[in-house]
Amino acid sequence: MKQEFTITVYTEDHIGLINRIAIIFSRRKINIGSINAGPTEVETIHRFTIVITETEEVVQKITKQIEKQVDVLKAFYNTDDELVWQEMAMYKVPTKIIAEQVKVERLLRQYGANTVVIRNDYTVFETTGQREEINALAQALEPWGLIEFVRSARIAIIKSSHGLHKALLEFEAAEPSEPVVENEFLDQRDGVFTL
Amino acid sequence: MERTFEENKQKASDKTQLVQQLSGSQIVLEAFLHEGVKTIFGYPGGAIMPIYDALYDYTDRLEHILVRHEQGAIHAAQGYARVSGKTGIVFATSGPGATNLVTGLADALIDSTPLVCITGQVFAHLLGTDAFQETDVINITTPVTKWNYQVTDADELPSVLAKAFHIAGSGRPGPVLIDITKNAQLQKTDYRGYTPCNYIRSYRPKPIPRAEYIEAAAVLINSAKKPLVVFGQGVLLGNAEKEFTAFIEKAGIPSAWTILGMSAIPTSHPLGVGMVGMHGNYGPNLLTNECDLLIAIGMRFDDRVTGRLDMYAKQAKIIHMDIDPAEIDKNVKTDVPVWGDCKETLPALTALINKKEHKEWLQKFKDCAEKENLKVIQGEMFPVEEVLTMAEVINHLNELTNGEAIIVTDVGQHQMVACRYAKYQHSKSNITSGGLGTMGFALPAAIGAAYGDTSRTVVAVIGDGGVQMTIQELGTIMQFKPNVKILILNNCFLGMVRQWQQLFHEKRYSFVDIQSPDFVQVAKGYGIPGQSVNKRSNLNGALKTMLEHEGSYLLEVMVGKENNVFPMVPQGKSVSDIVLSRDEM
Repeated sequence: MKQEFTITVYTEDHIGLINRIAIIFSRRKINIGSINAGPTEVETIHRFTIVITETEEVVQKITKQIEKQVDVLKAFYNTDDELVWQEMAMYKVPTKIIAEQVKVERLLRQYGANTVVIRNDYTVFETTGQREEINALAQALEPWGLIEFVRSARIAIIKSSHGLHKALLEFEAAEPSEPVVENEFLDQRDGVFTL
Repeated sequence: MERTFEENKQKASDKTQLVQQLSGSQIVLEAFLHEGVKTIFGYPGGAIMPIYDALYDYTDRLEHILVRHEQGAIHAAQGYARVSGKTGIVFATSGPGATNLVTGLADALIDSTPLVCITGQVFAHLLGTDAFQETDVINITTPVTKWNYQVTDADELPSVLAKAFHIAGSGRPGPVLIDITKNAQLQKTDYRGYTPCNYIRSYRPKPIPRAEYIEAAAVLINSAKKPLVVFGQGVLLGNAEKEFTAFIEKAGIPSAWTILGMSAIPTSHPLGVGMVGMHGNYGPNLLTNECDLLIAIGMRFDDRVTGRLDMYAKQAKIIHMDIDPAEIDKNVKTDVPVWGDCKETLPALTALINKKEHKEWLQKFKDCAEKENLKVIQGEMFPVEEVLTMAEVINHLNELTNGEAIIVTDVGQHQMVACRYAKYQHSKSNITSGGLGTMGFALPAAIGAAYGDTSRTVVAVIGDGGVQMTIQELGTIMQFKPNVKILILNNCFLGMVRQWQQLFHEKRYSFVDIQSPDFVQVAKGYGIPGQSVNKRSNLNGALKTMLEHEGSYLLEVMVGKENNVFPMVPQGKSVSDIVLSRDEM
């Protein structure tokens, strides 16, 4: 049975790794629901949070294939109930509507939306929460002239991950990572003799 | 930035160390010398010219074989690696040079062959500008490499190359590609010597064997009545031939090989029951669905081995021993997974098992072999028809080489026949493109094999289709004179596809009637002697001439046009549905 799984991947901070991980999904024609790449509590170790809807068997195999990559430290998969997870969304709404329509104001209160920007022509709200709540507010705002809606990828914390933080710290302390070498020559095109 | 006293002291001692000013290109070659590299297969071009310039001063220590196409270089490096057990080295330039490596990379990845490929790349400041011969090699090769990395700064080279060799050769081996921009090749930098790498913090080449699984496996083996071992290339890659033989001999278990596991034990071993797979032997395929315990060692349950998965060894308990945890449960659900290097896990397991013989069970394999012998093998090896068969050619070859030769095969009918009938005495003797099925593999791979072990005879068995895919490598043989015996089994067809069209597509022969040049004349053009035979009476003599000739030789044997390879597990059928002839289909 297909269900939503969140795959958490701890990796080195290396260029091109996102591609190496993403192709593991695309090769099997699996759509990535959302993908978030960012830092962890340990500087130099990166964390991917990937959401897909698949059977557990497929997710298990994919997680092994991810962990097999040389620059991957560890990969886990979890169901939603094993996680604390959040997504963030922003909604751009005409300011006029909010000023005039009590219903809209009530909606925003009801969903706990925070104001990010207020301008004469439009206002941007933000909510953080789970997918259903975010989508529900977007739908509710739709008839009231929602101009733009954007939702972030999921970020998630594994409920039972006490040991992991310590392991990561020890890991980094035992052998600190090497700095990433980026291409420092890209903007020095002029004046370089080429063949 | 202020330095502490300790750091200053360190800095001072660094200076007393021998520090050389070397270019990135020289560092690459120094790294090779430290890693024990002797032979490089490559082709120069604009973006790798600084490395070739540096190579000019290293030719007394490094041998470079100039191939005729980069695909030839990488297949040669594969042949070299498979025979020698060392890492194969490839040089190619940027753009088309690098893209020509892709087939070989995919082949090496799926067949777990250790390679380090160095590609030149345009100057770092030109990356992403569609510069001349610029292509995004790193992203093109990501799915077909174990690891790849782009170097834009020569300072990185010693550590990156050390990592490359470590990753390519350790754990489950595979190809690594290092793309070096031209500025990094030219850049002079302080070189403080080369330190080999044996540890990367995010990389676990070998899972630690777990005692409880080895114990559980031993319990299953000790209680099994009809155990069957199926072993793959893992035994060869782990250099565990002795450990493996000790294991099967103590347990008395009939053992079948996959196409890549072949030659890990001599083909004449009393417990060796033949090859599994689509065109494997009758017994091991049929009895896979009768055994009560299947012990898979260093193999990955390819679909050509398993046939229909939902009807594969369902009655048996499965023990899967592999170094790659991602292989466990990938295709076949395992009862007892034994992670680890089989060189370590096999002796541990052998220690726990009882000395046994499975005479009755082994007899079943012998009975099957007898049935296959009567229905297939006799007719193939000693045909009554006038036309020659591929099997009789291999049979004569066996007699003349006494199973001492390295046999490199291409892909297709001749490959299946060679792997079915060839006899081997020594490990690492059967070199073929297994997982990817790359036509055109054999000729360049045989060149590499000849460098991988100069003491042994190398016979490249190739079909008339496959040889035309990389025939330009005759030029490499002409120039560098490796000793390669080229045996073309010519049936004037793309035989395997034709067989399928005959069996499954109502004999609609769609573009399989391939025409060939006069191969003997072509070889002659390259200064390679040869002959073509189409009569039985001339066959043995011609093979003898080929084998006794000093240097490379091309022998074309005209064989039956529409001969089929049997037995066969038809696609989509269970391994126990294996048929011995067309009548059974």
